[in-house]
Amino acid sequence: MNTPYLQLNGIRKSFGRFEALKGIALEVARGELMVFLGPSGCGKTTLLRIVAGLETQDAGTIVQDGRDISRLPAVDRDYGIVFQSYALFPNLTIDSNVAYGLVNRRDRRESIKGRVRELLTLIGLPDSGLKYPSQLSGGQQQRIALARALAPAPGLLLLDEPLSALDALERVRLRGEIRALQQRLGVTTIMVTHDQEEALSMADRIVVMNQGRIEQIGTPREIYELPTTPFTADFVGKVNVLPAIVEQGGVCRVGTMSLVLGRSDLISGTAVKLYLRPEDIALSMNGAKATNTLPATVAKVEFLGAFCMVGVALDTPGVPPLVLNVPRHAVAEAQLRPGTAVSVCLPPAALRILS
Amino acid sequence: MATAAATLPPPLPAVRRVHHWQERLAQGLLVACCAALILFLFAPLFMILVKSVQDKDGAFVGLLQFQQYFETPALRQSIVNTLWIATAVTGVTVPLAFMYAYALTRSCMPWRGFFRVIALTPILAPSLLSAISFIQWFGTQGLLKGLLGGASIYGPIGIILSSIYATFPHALMIVLTALLLSDGRLYEAAESLRTPTWRKFFTITLPGAKYGLVSAAMVVFSYTVSDFGIPKVIGGNFSVLALDIFKQVIGQQNFNKGAVVSLILLAPVFVAFVVDWIMQGRLQSQFSSRAVPYAPKPKRWFDGAMLAFCVVVALLLLAVLGMAVYTSFIKLWPYDLHFSLRHYTFGLIDAGVIVSFWNSVKMAAATAVFGTMFIFGGAYLLEKTTGMNGVRKLIRLLAAIPMGVPGMVLGLGYILFFNHPDNPLNGLYHTLTILVLSTVVHYYTSSHLTAVTALKALDNEFEAVSASLKVPFYKTFFRVTVPVCLPAILDIGRYLFVNAMVTISAVVFLYAPQTQLASVAILNLDDAGEIGAAAAMATLIVAASSLVCVVYAGVTRLLLTRTQAWRKPSAAG
Amino acid sequence: MMDSKWGRNWKSVVTGWALALLALPAAAQKTELLVYTALETDQIKAYEEAFKKANPNIDVKWVRDSTGVITAKLLAEKANPQADLVVGVSASSLAVFANEGMLQPYAPKGLDKISTQYRDSKNPPDWVGMDVYGAAICFNTVEATKLNLPKPATWEDLTKPVYKGKVVMPNPASSGTGYLDVAGWIQMWGDAKAWKFMDGLHDNIAQYTHSGSKPCRQAGAGEFPIGVSFEYRAVTTKKSGAPIDIIFPTEGLGWDLEASGIMKTTKKVEAARAMMDWLATPDAMQLFAKNFAVLAMPGMAQPLEYVPADYEKRLIKNDFAWSAKNRDKILAEWLKRYDGKSEPK
Repeated sequence: MNTPYLQLNGIRKSFGRFEALKGIALEVARGELMVFLGPSGCGKTTLLRIVAGLETQDAGTIVQDGRDISRLPAVDRDYGIVFQSYALFPNLTIDSNVAYGLVNRRDRRESIKGRVRELLTLIGLPDSGLKYPSQLSGGQQQRIALARALAPAPGLLLLDEPLSALDALERVRLRGEIRALQQRLGVTTIMVTHDQEEALSMADRIVVMNQGRIEQIGTPREIYELPTTPFTADFVGKVNVLPAIVEQGGVCRVGTMSLVLGRSDLISGTAVKLYLRPEDIALSMNGAKATNTLPATVAKVEFLGAFCMVGVALDTPGVPPLVLNVPRHAVAEAQLRPGTAVSVCLPPAALRILS
Repeated sequence: MATAAATLPPPLPAVRRVHHWQERLAQGLLVACCAALILFLFAPLFMILVKSVQDKDGAFVGLLQFQQYFETPALRQSIVNTLWIATAVTGVTVPLAFMYAYALTRSCMPWRGFFRVIALTPILAPSLLSAISFIQWFGTQGLLKGLLGGASIYGPIGIILSSIYATFPHALMIVLTALLLSDGRLYEAAESLRTPTWRKFFTITLPGAKYGLVSAAMVVFSYTVSDFGIPKVIGGNFSVLALDIFKQVIGQQNFNKGAVVSLILLAPVFVAFVVDWIMQGRLQSQFSSRAVPYAPKPKRWFDGAMLAFCVVVALLLLAVLGMAVYTSFIKLWPYDLHFSLRHYTFGLIDAGVIVSFWNSVKMAAATAVFGTMFIFGGAYLLEKTTGMNGVRKLIRLLAAIPMGVPGMVLGLGYILFFNHPDNPLNGLYHTLTILVLSTVVHYYTSSHLTAVTALKALDNEFEAVSASLKVPFYKTFFRVTVPVCLPAILDIGRYLFVNAMVTISAVVFLYAPQTQLASVAILNLDDAGEIGAAAAMATLIVAASSLVCVVYAGVTRLLLTRTQAWRKPSAAG
Repeated sequence: MMDSKWGRNWKSVVTGWALALLALPAAAQKTELLVYTALETDQIKAYEEAFKKANPNIDVKWVRDSTGVITAKLLAEKANPQADLVVGVSASSLAVFANEGMLQPYAPKGLDKISTQYRDSKNPPDWVGMDVYGAAICFNTVEATKLNLPKPATWEDLTKPVYKGKVVMPNPASSGTGYLDVAGWIQMWGDAKAWKFMDGLHDNIAQYTHSGSKPCRQAGAGEFPIGVSFEYRAVTTKKSGAPIDIIFPTEGLGWDLEASGIMKTTKKVEAARAMMDWLATPDAMQLFAKNFAVLAMPGMAQPLEYVPADYEKRLIKNDFAWSAKNRDKILAEWLKRYDGKSEPK
């Protein structure tokens, strides 16, 4: 059980002079849901298509379940795939769509029927078998596409931006369903998305990609809380960035201000950047003296529902403005509005230093 | 140097995909497709190029024949004649078609569907029909002779009038599409700014239809330049390039000179084709998928004026068709105007000419069936399979060429290529097969574009899904692609059928007596002065094509009703 | 897609091979002759029936078109000839083929009964004539009255200004009839006078048509009152009820022969010779006599309605060898002078 289900090694791919993938290596464990996350053009879809055999890598190997599939055509690989566009066959009923891959295996008619019924029930649309795709909503169609992909019980499920074409509500509902279904069936799954929220909420592990390279691989928590590269920190979640110079004794200087870093292994004089999540900055009205507490003035307050995004300018010159997330009630209590004098606290434990 | 080499990483061995036999099959078919286009399109055209620089005995003479051509004043005159006739026809047809299309799309006049159908009827008739009809109206014995003020219908006037009739529907369809694609929201925005009607016309309508108009102009121009039937019948001694090819090849048996004139004819048509190609591209990109169709509001005087205009045009179009039909049913023009079927019974059936009508029907049916299969299949392989990108590019290029090649040029190329004794395919010469092949190739481009458009509207991932489900691509082709594209497939079939019924330019060089076609028979009957029988044959062609169009409309309607459950405009795709 | 691809290949391959293969067993029992002809369709029917009665094991496949087209086809296919035999095509075209070395000489049985002027002078001849067709003018009397036109009697009359824009004649470059007119005038009058005449005629010509029949048909329909044509078409047009008079100009009539010859490349020499033999029989001549007033075999002709009894005497002296040799030159000169007539008159 320790051998990974899928291993990618040294995958490279160029389109003309454009290098889409610059050497990708990763492993997906059996039963795991792995998300490829990155901005458009980062190569995540190309990577998925290479796994599917729809594109051919220029170099590198792919091993699935102990079998080297690097050179195999799509037809000879073992996976099911779901696309953003659903790609349901419009002229076939839902039943026929789901049975599409089963009929070809010359299964017995009865067993096909049973399997289709089973899958439709599984996705919560047991009565839609005689309808046509165009008679269903987008979310329902995507469920059918999922059922069709799962029908032949593939070893690997590939999801290519499966939720991007749906409206916001449907998207949230379906992502929960897909995740539940995947866990129930235990099918190893790779999903591609550019939506960080989707990635954080669904993945066992996330692969953050940028410009054809892997930035970081980790659990959603690791990716969010402990980004190892500036790109990851910036792409996943909002972040404040402070340029700083390391001084002796676990302290650094930002503009004219000193901050305690909570670690002292850095060489003095190094230029670094400090990353700080907006929700990690504490706000106080009474000037409490915790570490790294600084006086500031509210610049703007943007109402976002449960939270408000509060922009503050530190009173110390030479420091860039910061953004904080403050719960709605706290904003009301403190009567924050532009010009309000406040104190902000940057906890040393929450400061990530990346060079 | 050794160290430098040592520091370089070893070059990665390129990953060579194992190809599944299904992929091999698709690629094999694609290559076969490409080979067919090379064989039946490129090679014949190339032979023309070769022949134009050879003398009768096959010796290389360089540009000598071109030089001789340009030293003959009569032949030089043909170039001037051809160009000014085509310009005049374009200058009249395009504004006329625009006005008509404007009335159909921007007014609330009644019977718009009816007027649309009437305007498209000339497509069903061979171009010779209009020429015959105009002779009957304006010839020495014609009712309307006086309108010409002593000028003769034989010559430029006749050619121009007949060509306007023949090209009108082609221009109309293009302009109509351009006007229909325009965004209704622009008019709403203009309305909210209180823009006067004339200003909307010049700032929204005209710019919106700009590319469509240029494209229509190019199509009309090349049609007129390429058509040889009209000047043959009504041109008198007025010479044009297309006729010169015919005279060189048939009259003087000089294939090499014919090749020279072909190349000269090819030049303006090809320029027009390139302009049109660019314009079509812009027309496509101008179309925004979010555009809202314009819904005109009733305006009494405007709708009335538009209706009057359309009634006049429709009556003129019907008068042309009607005169030909009438001519076919009278005894002896102009001395005995009693109703008679003798042109059908005696002139066509007893004379044995009727065989050519059935040949045409056979040829058109074969063209429609095999042509559609080949063109749609080829477009499918091109758009939906993978690998062999070089071959793909070549096919795309070859598929675009036929639109820029006049039929006569293609036909001459076929003679030169397929009747060559060293060609193993010369068994095709004089068969119905070669007529079918040349006609499919002649009308390839439009059909190919229709197929590609329909295929592009399909979800791009059907093939990927099939592969993941281990279903062979051809199974998905027959189970999904064909049923979904059926309206487009039927449309291609009808287009090929109707054009095969009326085409004359390529086949006039290729028919054998046992494969003589109806359109060629009209030409020969007119040549022999049998105008009544020629009109009768033209009438039969119109009847057959109309029948096919009615059947097509019926089948399409039935199909759309029966598949309404899944074929919804809102269908996700 | 597979279907269309294979359908296409299948079709072309099978048609090609089927033609070749089917021909073999058929040839074992019956010979099939491929004959190129310019005869009228209704004439062909009668001739074929009679021929088959005499030669039951020879089948004939006819390839029919106008003289100009048939001539063009034969020359086009020179490198790869299809026909076994040419029947009923103008002698001036056959003389061209003979010059090109496309024919094989053969003396049919009964050649001695054929007039020497209606066959190739070589022995054995490359071609043998069937019957004569010659120039005639169709004159629409109804339109003439309306337009107050006098009835012409000679070729020279046609150059009178009163006929300006009233005359149509076939284009010699595309029509056999047109060529026999031009060749006739030149042989009758010599180069200088003939071209001067044609210059004058050209001023009166409304149109040069592509076929020899059309001028008479147009005269018959009143489209143009005077059509220079040939006597067979003139007679049929008059019989169809058109108000025309047939005029045989007094200076002399250009003419040509419907003639036949065997292609050098034929593999069915025996059958082809049988056909040539039959064409020279009195039986065949009797059939020709129904359509033509002058036959290659003297003494067989019957009087024809609307054709004068002394028709043969009105024909000029015609040298086919000269006509064939000068064909290219004459046509080039004619085209140079008249083909660019940009405005019809």
